[in-house]
Order: sequence, then structure tokens, then C-alpha cells
Amino acid sequence: MRGCSSVDERREEREVGGAGGWTRWIVTGPPVAFLLAFFLVPALIVVAASFREPGEFGGLVPLAAGFANALSLEAYRFLLGDLVYAEIFAISFLVALATTVICIAAAYPLAWLIARSPRRRRDLLVLLVILPFASNFLVRIYAWIMLLGPANLLYTPFAVIVGMVYVHLPFMVLPLYTNLEKHDPALLEAAQDLGANAWTRFWRVTFPLSLPGIYSGSALVFIPVLGMFAVPELLGGTGDILIGNLIKEQFLDNRDWPLGSALSIGLTIAVLAFAALAAAGARRGLKGTEAVS
Amino acid sequence: MKPRSQWLLWAASLAVYGFLYVPLAVVVIFSFNDSTLNAEWVGFTLSWYRKLMTDGEMLRAAGNSVAIALLSSSVATVLGAMAGIAMHRYRFPWLPLLVLTPVAMPEILLGVSLLLFFRQVLDLTLGFFSILVAHITFSIGFVAVIVRARLAGMDEGIFEAARDLGATPWMTFRRVTLPLILPALVAGFLMSFTLSIDDFVITFFVAGVGVTTLPLQIYSMIKVAVTPEVNAVSTLLMALTLTLVIVATRVAPDIVRRGR
Repeated sequence: MRGCSSVDERREEREVGGAGGWTRWIVTGPPVAFLLAFFLVPALIVVAASFREPGEFGGLVPLAAGFANALSLEAYRFLLGDLVYAEIFAISFLVALATTVICIAAAYPLAWLIARSPRRRRDLLVLLVILPFASNFLVRIYAWIMLLGPANLLYTPFAVIVGMVYVHLPFMVLPLYTNLEKHDPALLEAAQDLGANAWTRFWRVTFPLSLPGIYSGSALVFIPVLGMFAVPELLGGTGDILIGNLIKEQFLDNRDWPLGSALSIGLTIAVLAFAALAAAGARRGLKGTEAVS
Repeated sequence: MKPRSQWLLWAASLAVYGFLYVPLAVVVIFSFNDSTLNAEWVGFTLSWYRKLMTDGEMLRAAGNSVAIALLSSSVATVLGAMAGIAMHRYRFPWLPLLVLTPVAMPEILLGVSLLLFFRQVLDLTLGFFSILVAHITFSIGFVAVIVRARLAGMDEGIFEAARDLGATPWMTFRRVTLPLILPALVAGFLMSFTLSIDDFVITFFVAGVGVTTLPLQIYSMIKVAVTPEVNAVSTLLMALTLTLVIVATRVAPDIVRRGR
């Protein structure tokens, strides 16, 4: 009986996590079981599938065909043997980089304005950044089909970048604003008293302090852009192919699932590398902030 | 700040707000345009909305979208709340990784992994069920983050007090935790409903050929041509999600902000 347990015993229970051991598993068990079944296991199957060979009618070659050909490096050999794939990875990386840089440039004045506004107006200005997000992703792409079509700019790399920036911009504004809002105005006043002009104040004080916000915003923009297939497919020309389009093609059109899986692994590695980089940058940036303040 | 730089800041910000809003405004305005071409304004009409109401395929897709969104967000709210409570209270180091990775990774990866899993391992016919499961999977993390944010702002003392007064874990949950996290549950439900009704990428991979949702229907329409009917359905969808977002920010303003 819980009610009869001694004070000491109860304190101990709280420290290990509220109630007895079984409660924690009743609470943790269902979501964990669901995510193991429908997230982790499928992810591991992609890894396994990348080491298999494609079946005659799509999918994978059946395991029953014998263990001799159960595992194969064919998909990876194919991927690394053709420079086209390396090129598409490089182009995707450049598109993601360009999108991220443009998002930083466009988000900065907006984030700064919001952070400098009176508190009452801030919520409204933030809401105005989020609201376009309430429209469907495809509707936002469709808007640019309407606008760029008559201008003869549709189906160009330019259209792809515009679409990417449009879809991801709020992801940069929000972390940047959260960071800028915390800056102490006294720092800028001090810089001014020491004779720094507006330009110097920005580059030597505000910008370095905002790096953690830029890093987290960059992760939120760069990572989804890297895997995006709908924007190049709807706004780009036949030559504007990114990793996402390649993966989609292997899974739905060519039905070469091992190659599609190997490409997915490649994308995952690229994403993890970038996330680690952004996290390391944010940590270093934070240390810098502490040193300044 | 000097007036000149203040003026520049406002000008740049207005330009960015314009960039965000003008394209959507054009979509809405042309949904009322009395012309099959989305080129110039001819006159006001509601005929594209009327046409929408008689488009059987579109109505079926809308019905599927709403049914899937209601079911998936209900399940995701329950599972996500459990995950959020578990993350806050039990601090298993691996738990946030499992709960939040599906939210952080590119959608296409979740889409193809579920496609492989459903077809290759379960040998399932793709359709309503596979879409439902996929939507629950990507919604759990969002609800969990919102619920955890709410719990993080709570005074742990109240749970302790409930226990000291002899409440069982179930009673503490029913009478203390649940009422306190209720706004977070409503916000989480609305958020996963919006995510589900809007999702294109993951649904695209797990839908198969039999069942279509509203975004899939829009996709197949805009791949072919630009028609004012798409503007009309886009406008309606915008109005719906806008309402949901506004309700969510009203129910739990600080939570929605922190959850993002």
C-alpha cells in the first residue's frame, strides 16, 4: 500500500522517478513500443535493404533464393562507381547552402526588428512570421508556380532556390529572434561609448553573439532542404535533380530499392554530419557568449 | 538606434513580410477570379468553389484527410503525452533520441523506410492504415515536446503533495497531472491534426494507389496544370489551418511558442 510506506521510502521512490518501477514502464512502454515498431525497425530495414539485391519485379530479391546472395555491396558499388551520384550530392549540398545563406540574410533584419520591438508588438510580429506556415506546403509551392510562370522563370534553378527559401524562412527567423531577444542592450551602448560605429557594433558585438541562433536556424533549414524532392520536382526543370528526387525515383519509378536505400543511407550520413557540425558550432558559440557577458 | 538605420530595418522587414504574404494573397485573390486562366483579373465569381463542391474525387480526398487527421491525432496525443511525461519524469537518456529523431530528420527518410517496412516486411496493401500509422509516427514527437514543456514549468511540489496525502499514482495522474497538462494536450492535438491534414511527403510514399488525401490530390492537379480550382481548395485549406493555429495559440499561448 502506497499510503503506508514510510517517508524515507517515499522520498527514494520520487528520486528514482515518481512511483514504483512498474508505473514508469506503463507510461514509457506504449510510445516506445510504437516508435520501435514503426520508426526504429523500418530504419534498420533500410540499412539491411541497402546490402541486398533488387528483385526481378522490384522490391528485393527473396531471402529464400539462398544465403549465398543474401548480402551484396552492389548498390554501394553502383553508387560510388558513377560520378553522376557524387555530382547530385554536391549540387544538393550547394542548393542547401545557398538556401541557408539567403535565409540568414532575409531573416536577420526581421528577427532584429522583432527583438527590438516593444513587448506588446513582438507577439503579433512573431505570429505574422508563423501564419504563412498555416498554409499547406504544396499551396506555398503552387503560389510560386502562379507567380513565376508568366515571368518565364518557372522550371529554372532560380525557381528552385526561391521555393526552398520561401518554404523554410520561418525556421530561420524564429531561432534567430529567440537569440537576439536575449542580448543585453548595454553591450551595444558600451561599444558606442567606446567609439564603435554602427557597422562595427554589428559585426563585432551583435553578430558574434547571435551565432548560436544562426547555427540552430541553419540546422532547421539545411537538413530538410537536403532531402527535399517536391520543390525541385514542381518548380525545377528536368535537369534540376537533388538527392530527394533520386531517392523518390528509385523507390517509386525504377523500383530499385537497394539503390534507393543506399542513397537514403548517404543522405542520413550527410544529415548527421551537418547536425553534428551545427551542434558543435552552437556549443562553441555559447561558450563565446559566456566569455563576452 | 539612429532614425536612418531604423528606417532601413523597417524597409527590409517589410520587404520580407511582403515576400511571405504576397504569393499567398495572389492564390486567394485568384480563387475568386472569373477566368480559367490565372493571368489577369476578370471579375468576381464563386464558381470555382461551387465546382469544388461537386468534384467527387476532391470530396473523397477531403473526407479521407479529415478521418485520418482525427484518428491519427487522437492516438498521437495519447502516445505523445505518455512520451512527454516519461521524458520529463524518468530521464532515460535514450528516450528523447527515440522520440525526437523522427521529427528532426528529413521527411523523405521516414517515408521510404515505412514504405519498405509495409511492403517488404509486413506485405501490407498500402492505403488508409499505412497512412494512419505514418501520421501517428511523425506526430508523437511534437505532442511530447509540448507536454514536456508544460511539465517543465510546473512546481514539482504539487505532485509530492498529492503523494504525501496518500494518492495512488493513478489518482495523482487523474486529479493533478491531467488537469494541469490539459491545455498542452489540446494544443498537441490541434498541432498533430494540422500536421496530418497538411502532410504531403510521407503520405506520398505510404499511400499506394487506392487512397488519396487532399494534399495528394492537390499535387496531382498542380503537376498537370494551373487551374483556379486549385486556388479555391488552397484557400479553403488555408482558412481551416489558420483557424486551428489561432485556436491553438489561444488555448496555450506560451506552450505553443516554446514547443516550436
